[in-house]
Amino acid sequence: MTQPPLLSVKDLRVEFPTRRGILTAIDGISFDLREGEVLGVVGESGAGKSITGTAVIGLLEPPGRIAGGEIRLKGERIDNLSQPAMRKLRGKRIGMVFQDPLTSLNPLFTIGDQIIETILTHLPVSEREARDRAVALLEEVGIPAAGQRLNAYPHQFSGGMRQRVVIALALCAEPELVIADEPTTALDVSVQAQIIRLLQRVCRDHGTAVMLITHDMGVIAETADRVAVMYSGRIAEIGPVRDVIKSPSHPYTIGLMGAIPSLTGDHERLTQIPGSMPRLDSIPAGCAFNPRCSLVMDRCRSERPQLIAAGESQAACWKLLETERAAG
Amino acid sequence: MLAFTIRRLVQAILVMLVVALISFTLFRFVGDPVNQMVGVETTPEQREALRERLGLNDPMLTQFGRFIINAAQFDFGTSYQFRQPVAELIGRRLPATLELSIVSAIFALFVGIPMGVYTGLHRDSILSKLFLSISLIGISLPTFFIGILLIFLFSVTLQWLPSFGRGDVVQLGWWSTGLLTWGGIKALILPAITLGLFQMTLIMRLVRSEMLEVIRTDYIKFARARGLRQRSVNFRHALKNTLVPVITITGLQLGSIIAFAIITETVFQWPGMGLLFLQSVQNVDIPIMAAYLMLIAFLFVTINLIVDLLYFQVDPRLRAERATH
Amino acid sequence: MPIATGEEAKEPVPAGPVPRGMLARILDSDILHSFLRSKVTIASAIVTLVFFIGAAFAPWIAPHNPFDLASISILDARVPPIGMDYHDPRFLLGTDDQGRDVFSGILYGARISLAVGFLSVLFAGVVGVLLGLIAGYVGGKVDAIIMRIAEVQLTFPAILIALLVDGVARALFGNLDRERFAFWILVFSIALSFWVQFARTVRGSTLVERNKEYVQAARLIGIPPFLIMVRHVLPNVIGPVLVIATINLGLAIITEATLSFLGVGIPPTQPSLGTLVRIGNDFLFSGEWWIAMFPGCALAVLVLAVNLLGDWLRDALNPKLR
Repeated sequence: MTQPPLLSVKDLRVEFPTRRGILTAIDGISFDLREGEVLGVVGESGAGKSITGTAVIGLLEPPGRIAGGEIRLKGERIDNLSQPAMRKLRGKRIGMVFQDPLTSLNPLFTIGDQIIETILTHLPVSEREARDRAVALLEEVGIPAAGQRLNAYPHQFSGGMRQRVVIALALCAEPELVIADEPTTALDVSVQAQIIRLLQRVCRDHGTAVMLITHDMGVIAETADRVAVMYSGRIAEIGPVRDVIKSPSHPYTIGLMGAIPSLTGDHERLTQIPGSMPRLDSIPAGCAFNPRCSLVMDRCRSERPQLIAAGESQAACWKLLETERAAG
Repeated sequence: MLAFTIRRLVQAILVMLVVALISFTLFRFVGDPVNQMVGVETTPEQREALRERLGLNDPMLTQFGRFIINAAQFDFGTSYQFRQPVAELIGRRLPATLELSIVSAIFALFVGIPMGVYTGLHRDSILSKLFLSISLIGISLPTFFIGILLIFLFSVTLQWLPSFGRGDVVQLGWWSTGLLTWGGIKALILPAITLGLFQMTLIMRLVRSEMLEVIRTDYIKFARARGLRQRSVNFRHALKNTLVPVITITGLQLGSIIAFAIITETVFQWPGMGLLFLQSVQNVDIPIMAAYLMLIAFLFVTINLIVDLLYFQVDPRLRAERATH
Repeated sequence: MPIATGEEAKEPVPAGPVPRGMLARILDSDILHSFLRSKVTIASAIVTLVFFIGAAFAPWIAPHNPFDLASISILDARVPPIGMDYHDPRFLLGTDDQGRDVFSGILYGARISLAVGFLSVLFAGVVGVLLGLIAGYVGGKVDAIIMRIAEVQLTFPAILIALLVDGVARALFGNLDRERFAFWILVFSIALSFWVQFARTVRGSTLVERNKEYVQAARLIGIPPFLIMVRHVLPNVIGPVLVIATINLGLAIITEATLSFLGVGIPPTQPSLGTLVRIGNDFLFSGEWWIAMFPGCALAVLVLAVNLLGDWLRDALNPKLR
């Protein structure tokens, strides 16, 4: 018996009932995350990256709901836990970092208050110990004069500094997994790299696995061990970062890679995928990507492709089956 | 912060000056003060002498200045109808109105805020819908009719509570209080509810809509994502963020509670300032009207000043912003 | 821009001839849809309509004329309503202390209550919209002065302002003359405290509109920009103004009733609903509850219906109110 993966998502479906019918935001996605691993989740906005993250931590906004599949943390199902049980798990075993550090911190409480409250909620320590721990954490995430800054309010910090505080908050009860939802998007470009490196370093030091949600392929390439490419609420391709970047298999991933400017490469024209991702209420039958795909076949319009192995990664594309057959 | 306080103080004084001007205009030009003071048989010479003695022939600015100096010392002259110093009349009525207003403000806050929090957190529960329906009725029913309904139910039909007056009052120096006797408290219940009901529904609706807004913010989501206890998320993190608008409105409402006391005092024959003011309007007793106006404005301005200073206690961002100015 | 998002949220327009014109647009829009969906709204619309008709046609509908001294008899005084002992079939809801039919009194009272409410809101609306336009368009000192006045005004509750106006009117006209003008004094004093909200909303929209390019363009080609403002701002603010007007109608009716109840509003010779409650209040303890309760309930139901309509209108048009 092998050890179960840290996080295992199987056939997850997330639906939003609306006035005009049920919208399926996440449609049967599966992936695993090993301990200490960094999994990048990329995709355009609306592809369902963030919803996947919020579903895992159990914070879907009603009327959104998990309509099928399961989520397991170390083999134990967590998608059907009661609210109080899930509450105890959040922060303690799964931490989360939000996109905008300017709005993530409660403006009316000092950052010390916020960190110490979180520590005391989850760990059996005294207030004194919690305070020491808070100072140590702030030092670890690179806040100078941490002891004094404990009494400062969020508005007294810059955006980058606030995101450091947010990371400290997400890690303060030593979770096994951190979900980082576009942790750098709202920051200045000059600070983005620092924050990403900080997140990477701190999580490695603590042995924390990271689910890094971003639309920035560059960040993924630099940080992640594996990457899942999402399109219209489905996984288009998943595999080791190197493989997916060097030899993408799914036409969407190929298009995505072609759209990244390279510093070293020759000055080819950047390719562009024609059209745009369909809205949730008008996802076509078969492969969701078929209207934009240059390699589209009849089968793509009627039957939905499952993940098919392609080297070390897997991609959801009928073309792979053909190349496989041709090769075999 | 000191600079801010001083600026607000200057603004407050300006508002008071404007109100004083209105009061003075009322006092000086609406109805001739001399006519009100003397009998029919007074000769024109005697009138003129009185006029001179009262300083009514002085330049307007001098008169206005004198009016303000007197007002600052609570000297508003003599009531036309009671032939007594206005300050004394109002002073005797002040405790009744203040006790009624404060008790109903406390009622409004301590019932309205929890109801608002509850309906904000449980939008679709049956109890929330019930609260909201009640609040809509509370806003639609005129205050005086609420009073009459309460009297009809609790005084006429059930005969549980008195329908008029303050009950037994105890004299503490110049302050007469009804809070120390059972009869006084019983007499206070219906008027306080009548006066507070409207403010209560207002506060409830305000807290509710603020709550709905705040629980959607990122920092509340982040607080939940950190696994903080539900109670802490709702009552520590969310409620505190709704407080700034609640303080503003409550402050403003406290002022209007004192004004609305006019209605409640009429319905319950409560011997407060409001009843006195209403009588003075009906009898064109200008000195009392002018004094009441000044007093109300003074209370409003003071409350607003306190509200502004309370902001600093609640919101650290303001402290920083003002400090940099 | 709130307007743009509102447009996006709408259902796609079905193919075929797109209806034009104000009425057609309203009939086609979400407004009618949401109206028909809400039973409460339909009920309040019906109640309001019944009151309007009852008030407008009171002389024809009412079984008695409470103002016609010849037709009332003191012998009919304090008759209880139908269903109680000693009732009189002529008087559905009983009579008051002078033998006036309570039901007819309510019809005639609603007439005065609604008239005061409507006129004061109309007055406040016109003044408020104009001042808002001027403040927003002219800006600078004029704007500052108008808005300061509005702020000071806002700190004083409507009741207090109205009482002061009434006191001044008594002093200026004397008590007898005041009764003759009571109606208009009331309208004026209520309007005086209600114009502020109109002015603020219109000023906000004007400020937005003033800086748009077409206004600059209009100035260039010599069209008086104020005319353009009127033409372009007014249609934009018609929604919010309508909502404020509806909500203020409820408030104005309450204010009128309260003033009349306090004895400074409409005199008892031509009683409004508030005056009727005031009259009846004296008989609460002697058991003649109907004299105060029926007019009071009629008032409450009317205001509740108007408020519900206002609430619905606010949600349907979803304007940003200040």
